[in-house]
Amino acid sequence: METIPMPAINFAAVMPETILSVFAMVLLLVNVFVPGKQKAYLAYLSLIGIIAAGVSVFNAWDAPLALREGFNGSVLQDNFSLFFKGIFLVSAALTLLISDQYLNRENCNHGEIYPLILLSTAGMMLMASGTDLMTIFLGLEVLSVSLYVLAGFNRDNVKSNEAGLKYFLLGAFSTGFLLYGMALTYGATGSTKIGSIASFVAQNAAVTANPLFLVGMLLMAVGFSFKIAAAPFHMWTPDVYEGAPTPITAFMSAGPKAAGFAAFIRVMIFAFPTLKADWSDLLWILAVLTMTVGNIIALSQDNIKRMLAYSSIAHAGYALVGFAAGNAEGAAGILFYMLSYAFMNIGAFAIIVLIGKKGEANNNIADFAGLGFRRPVLALLMAIFLFSLAGIPPMVGFVGKFYLFSAAIKSGFIWLAIIGVLNSAASVYYYLRVMVYMYMKDPVEEFDWVKVTPAIALSLLISVAGVMIPGVVPGYLLQLAQKAVLF
Amino acid sequence: MLGAYLPIIVLVAVAAAFGLGSIILSSLIGQKKPSDVKMSPYECGCDPVGSARERFSIKFYIIAMLFILFDIEAVFLYPWAVLFKRLGMFGLMEMGVFIVILFVGYIYVWKKGALEWE
Amino acid sequence: MLESLFFLIVAAVAVISSILVITCKNPINSALSLVMTFFCLATFYVMLDAPFMAAIQVIVYAGAIMVLIVFVIMLLNIRTETGRKTTHAILAGSIIGLFVLFQTCYFLTKGTLTGTKGAMDTALVEKVGHVELIGKALYTDFLLPFEITSLLLLVAIIGAVILSKRKI
Repeated sequence: METIPMPAINFAAVMPETILSVFAMVLLLVNVFVPGKQKAYLAYLSLIGIIAAGVSVFNAWDAPLALREGFNGSVLQDNFSLFFKGIFLVSAALTLLISDQYLNRENCNHGEIYPLILLSTAGMMLMASGTDLMTIFLGLEVLSVSLYVLAGFNRDNVKSNEAGLKYFLLGAFSTGFLLYGMALTYGATGSTKIGSIASFVAQNAAVTANPLFLVGMLLMAVGFSFKIAAAPFHMWTPDVYEGAPTPITAFMSAGPKAAGFAAFIRVMIFAFPTLKADWSDLLWILAVLTMTVGNIIALSQDNIKRMLAYSSIAHAGYALVGFAAGNAEGAAGILFYMLSYAFMNIGAFAIIVLIGKKGEANNNIADFAGLGFRRPVLALLMAIFLFSLAGIPPMVGFVGKFYLFSAAIKSGFIWLAIIGVLNSAASVYYYLRVMVYMYMKDPVEEFDWVKVTPAIALSLLISVAGVMIPGVVPGYLLQLAQKAVLF
Repeated sequence: MLGAYLPIIVLVAVAAAFGLGSIILSSLIGQKKPSDVKMSPYECGCDPVGSARERFSIKFYIIAMLFILFDIEAVFLYPWAVLFKRLGMFGLMEMGVFIVILFVGYIYVWKKGALEWE
Repeated sequence: MLESLFFLIVAAVAVISSILVITCKNPINSALSLVMTFFCLATFYVMLDAPFMAAIQVIVYAGAIMVLIVFVIMLLNIRTETGRKTTHAILAGSIIGLFVLFQTCYFLTKGTLTGTKGAMDTALVEKVGHVELIGKALYTDFLLPFEITSLLLLVAIIGAVILSKRKI
């Protein structure tokens, strides 16, 4: 009876995930053992956890290969995943900052929201650094299950319940597609490790004609497209974004979307590099559909959360343009864009949190009427975020779109870039509409004199800095993104 | 190959035969003298009112859900128990981490009062 | 010979009980038919040299998940189905079903679907044992996914309490 040798463990490769999980468990216990209704201190404890994870991400940048790989090739913490981990941490931190006021107003200040946010962030990180289909799948499940619960977190609100249930049903369905695709790929190539799949495909060119393999790749693409809310797999987005608690909507639009892109890019570029011509065409169609559907339907929305939901579909489409390009510039463009999208979108949602009233009321675009006269600072910030979303210089949204579209042109996808620019121009209409309400209409009813808590003020400050500074001097962040895709 | 499972097949067959046999035999041999009292669900006490298909409380549901989750935990223990000696100290540690994470969940459920019949 | 006869019997029971799942008017009867189907699946796993999968099928599916399904039926108090079945659904379902059947037959006869054999073949499973092989893979190669599973279960525990406990 020989003993089984120990696998190669390397905790350094999963340090940020470990920190977040440990913090989540401690918070869960603190939540039940410390009595009292006021749970705001848990948010600050979670922030400490996020900062600690951020420090470990920072330290791991450019680390030698021995410190990156771990668990028999299940994870690889390269610069690519570290950049994404930075995005997840930023969106989680901003979400924590804006959630406390909302939760108190909606009377659902249960402490469990903080461990759930931390655990979903850990799941996203595992998706970004997973190099085994199983790691990616389980990371995605940890993320998704937390999000289903978070979407239905406002238990007394019917729309929140609806959002949780719809997200769960459709999400479980799409997970089925993803898992089926992984199983078929495993059956065709004999491994779940992305590196082994890639070397198998390189050695056996015949496998690319195997229907088992092609259907596997297609089904995985469907599963990931659902996660990033690409048309035609976007149907869940508007209802879930509208019904979910506003800070959670902000979180969902920034973090999980980036995580979906991270895993999507990892699987397509690492495992199927020889099939680039095939998936590039597929992504071309997806990108055009996603941009167009998102922008056209966003034009007719009256609820601002719903409008931003369709706008987030459109933004996934812009990122897909860079993905379809299939070159390093495109991948770097996605990384840069996802980070800037986290800043501008969570910033916009922070303003929505402030303007909203109890019971998820006051979320219509018309409710922003006259904000420019009553609360000029808030209106100015909202205008900055919306201009950035529309892609107007000197905000960061412009730089991001510029790099995505120029990557597409470099790869010869000129029509794709033109469609992207046209879409971006169309999107200006619905962002401007909010500004017309804010600056050119009289208020319908008086605004409640909302108190801007220090936490929200801090999140707004970080967001506006994240939108303006890289918008004017994008060099440093772009260099980081370009370095991150030197796989 | 299926020879190893012969005892199980025999057991299933015996169980099925016993169940079916009891019903069939009792209906064949037993006397049939139905009366109102005999046909009622409870021979003594109050007369049952309404259908037996009442709505269940959600309490049952949460217990069942927690049961599944810890059931899945138990599933992971079987192969570990089989390999316990060969995995050695390391196996004990990795299962320790697994159990501790779920134990946190268990403490949470307990302190939250989800196991109480409120 | 005996084995294929046994397979045919179990397969027939599996098909009949799964048809009963979708045709029974009373949801409880459907649920019990589903239990029968699960047991047939477990038998198939045994015949495929995967006894551990069979055990899981019985413990988790036929045991725990069926309890949950029956509780849900009782929670919602679904009575015997009264609604008329729409002919559109039957038509669409049969077209899709025939298509899938055709597809399966096509691929089976043409034989273009070729998988890649992994390291674990039947001989190895019979020599080392199914549970041992699964355990070895789970606790060495897939150690990280194994530990993530516990995180996933933890999230599910929190979710179950948050969403369905009456007072939190």
